[in-house]
Amino acid sequence: MISFTVNDRRVDVDVDPSTPLLWVLRDSLGLTGTKYGCGMAQCGACTVHLDGEALRSCVAPVSRVAGKKVTTIEGLSPDLSHPLQRAWIAEDVPQCGYCQSGQLMSAAVLLREKPQPTDEDIDEAMTGNICRCGTYPRIRKAIHRAAGMMTKGGAK
Amino acid sequence: MSTPLLERREFLKFSLAASGGLLVGLYIPNGAKDAFAQEASTTSFMPNAFVRIGSDERITVIVNHSEMGQGVYTSLPMLLAEELDADWKNVGFEPAPVDPKYNHPIFGMQMTGGSSSVYSGFEQFRNAGAAARAMLIAAAAQKWNADPATVRTDSGAVLDGANRKLTYGQLAELAAKMKPPEKVALKDPKTFKIIGKAKSRLDTPEKVNGKAIFGLDVRQPGMLTAVVARPPIFGAKVRNFDDSRARGMSGVRKIVAVPSGVAVIADSFWQAKVARDALKVDWDEGAMSSFNTAQMMQQFREQAKSPGKSVRKDGDPEAALASAAKKIEAVYEVPYLPHAMMEPLNCAVDLRADSCEIWTGTQFQTVDRMNAAKVAGLPPEKVQIQTTYLGGGFGRRANPQSDFVVEAVHVAKAAGAPVKVVWTREDDMEGGWYRPAFLHAIVGGVDASGKAVSWRSRLVGQSIMAGTMFAEAMGMTKKGYDPASVEGVDDLPYEIPNLGVESHQAEVQVPVQWWRSVGHSHTGFATECFIDELATLAGKDPYQFRRDLLQKHPRHLGVLDLAAQKAGWGKPLPKGRARGIAVHASFESYSAQVAEVSVAEGNVRVHRLVCAIDCGRYVNPGIIAAQTEGGAIYAASAALFQELTFDGGRLQQTNFHTFPVMRMNECPEIETHIVENNEKSGGIGEPGVPCTAPAIANAVFAATRKRIRKLPIRMTEAV
Repeated sequence: MISFTVNDRRVDVDVDPSTPLLWVLRDSLGLTGTKYGCGMAQCGACTVHLDGEALRSCVAPVSRVAGKKVTTIEGLSPDLSHPLQRAWIAEDVPQCGYCQSGQLMSAAVLLREKPQPTDEDIDEAMTGNICRCGTYPRIRKAIHRAAGMMTKGGAK
Repeated sequence: MSTPLLERREFLKFSLAASGGLLVGLYIPNGAKDAFAQEASTTSFMPNAFVRIGSDERITVIVNHSEMGQGVYTSLPMLLAEELDADWKNVGFEPAPVDPKYNHPIFGMQMTGGSSSVYSGFEQFRNAGAAARAMLIAAAAQKWNADPATVRTDSGAVLDGANRKLTYGQLAELAAKMKPPEKVALKDPKTFKIIGKAKSRLDTPEKVNGKAIFGLDVRQPGMLTAVVARPPIFGAKVRNFDDSRARGMSGVRKIVAVPSGVAVIADSFWQAKVARDALKVDWDEGAMSSFNTAQMMQQFREQAKSPGKSVRKDGDPEAALASAAKKIEAVYEVPYLPHAMMEPLNCAVDLRADSCEIWTGTQFQTVDRMNAAKVAGLPPEKVQIQTTYLGGGFGRRANPQSDFVVEAVHVAKAAGAPVKVVWTREDDMEGGWYRPAFLHAIVGGVDASGKAVSWRSRLVGQSIMAGTMFAEAMGMTKKGYDPASVEGVDDLPYEIPNLGVESHQAEVQVPVQWWRSVGHSHTGFATECFIDELATLAGKDPYQFRRDLLQKHPRHLGVLDLAAQKAGWGKPLPKGRARGIAVHASFESYSAQVAEVSVAEGNVRVHRLVCAIDCGRYVNPGIIAAQTEGGAIYAASAALFQELTFDGGRLQQTNFHTFPVMRMNECPEIETHIVENNEKSGGIGEPGVPCTAPAIANAVFAATRKRIRKLPIRMTEAV
């Protein structure tokens, strides 16, 4: 039995400890917002937060998160109120939408570390997340917009 | 239902220029009765198959096209809401079940493709909205005992001269009892309040909180997960397999041979995948075990030396070439490409004795239903398909053989329980159905004044349509070539008096399929690079040279001029940067792009892409821009980085480490400029693709005086 916290809820899972966290989230816990794209940390669709840091859950054995705090897209906000979610809606970022959970989770770490990111900061933080629909220009705009909301104290 | 849809005349219109005008009158009153009988109640009003109005004011538009990112869950509801005069904030959507009443009005089957959703639905959805509005008006008039002609509608309510008001929700119950109108008048486009406006996409909220359900996310009680060991080489067969290690593994329920390979059925994905990897399968590798793409392209080059099936012949290209003042010959090559949607293929099936329920992200509901029914041994109407969100489609999820659906039904038969077949990224990339590799051998010449006088294109590549149920509908036998192979060159708009197009159909046992923009994905590259080479031969500016040859094609000229002007064509650039231009029509729309690049140490960097698009009357400019940019980025990825190669029959690229995709730090600045006009609505999902590779390649030439004739672009192969 491995115990950890997901979106502020304690969970106990009875799985092989080498099972990637991604599949524990999806298959054992029913948290399907985190996506599978490559299985080898190449595309970022599976990005979650482990104690606040970005983690590619497709290559992280669940044993690694024992006793730790995991946040998934479902835990980013309860009501679409996170500045990034509001900015994503305002800029109409998603097309197919499949990669966007991972994009948002990577962007959330970026904004925590750099509340006013430059384009270079965005390149650096977001380059691990692939989008096949080509939403990059809108992701960039949305990150800047979210940063603006946070400066104005609009992050409610 | 046998296969009547393929014999239907409507399907033949596929090869014609589909127009909104064909669609008037296809509105089906009361069409939704069967499909939505279970939801019928006094609290909602369903005037037709496409809309339901609730007493809670909610307006649900039932969308018969799949949402794969192109925005149909927003643009089609906008069309209906406009004529309904709905309050946009009350409008939602729902995917249509599979049912003939949701057939594509042009293709005669339920499907999403050919960039056709909006233009084929333009009148259909408007008519459905207008019919519902007429019934709401009739209901209000009855309540007020007034002449329907004296009442009007505004934002979800009916009003009379005295400003009495009844909302659509208040009228829903009574409106359901009104007679559907035989004929409705549509609004004058000048009065549109929703069509043409940048409405926010309706599907965004659930795509930013993890709630949107894609095929991979489908969960049903007792549902198992299967992973299949498929042939490592196309055409290989299972001789036998050893599952002694896999069988006892945790969570493994069954390991069975299916026509496509060996399926491992387990409680969860990871258990199935680990057990699949522990299988030892002995493959009879078959004829493709020595297949090599470099050798294949060499054969294509040889084939191109002899005449192919004539597709088009204006004047006498050979004679004109012989007498041309200057001539040039170029061979362009493009590789096999996978669609590589972010969501790998998957399909969930619950097969019962007398029913089959399928959940998947498909572009091909009718075909999938027929193919699934055959395997399930059920009549097609016993097969229902729940269309989930598609994590990208790009053509792959419209498979003529329904490969991923048929396989899942086979697995479900063996599983004896609901089961979801999941493909890994490697399975998806190795699974075939690629954009075919193509070779274009082109010769051309100009006269002493620099005017183009001759052009002859010879194409060599596999047919997508051959062997499919569409071959006859496309007129392949009669024509002797596949129209999808030559689209975009058979209608080359340049005014060149002697112009020939010939096609060689290559026979290779690699499964091929439509890939975003289909034939245009390679004809756009070859023709727009060659016209640039002719311009250089003539000593003319590539933009002006195109202009001179497009005088009879105002819409080509319109986008060409717009892109050139917005890109500052001819104006100075920072040192090391150069521009390239391309123009191409596809899917009833016109596109031009200007790329700005630099080349350093053999690396091509695209700094800026200026896109001009003319898709006629558009529904949502935000979506037009997104699709144009997205198409350009998809194409730039392919142009700069992507190819599939085979050696010893085995694919050499299996995941994103060997098959690179354009990333944030490589993405150029992109801007889209939309031509405003009242032409018939055209496609938008694909027309952004064809211009990007040639615009980049032509810019590389401008920067380095080296021609790119092979994709992906490698400066070591430039000539």
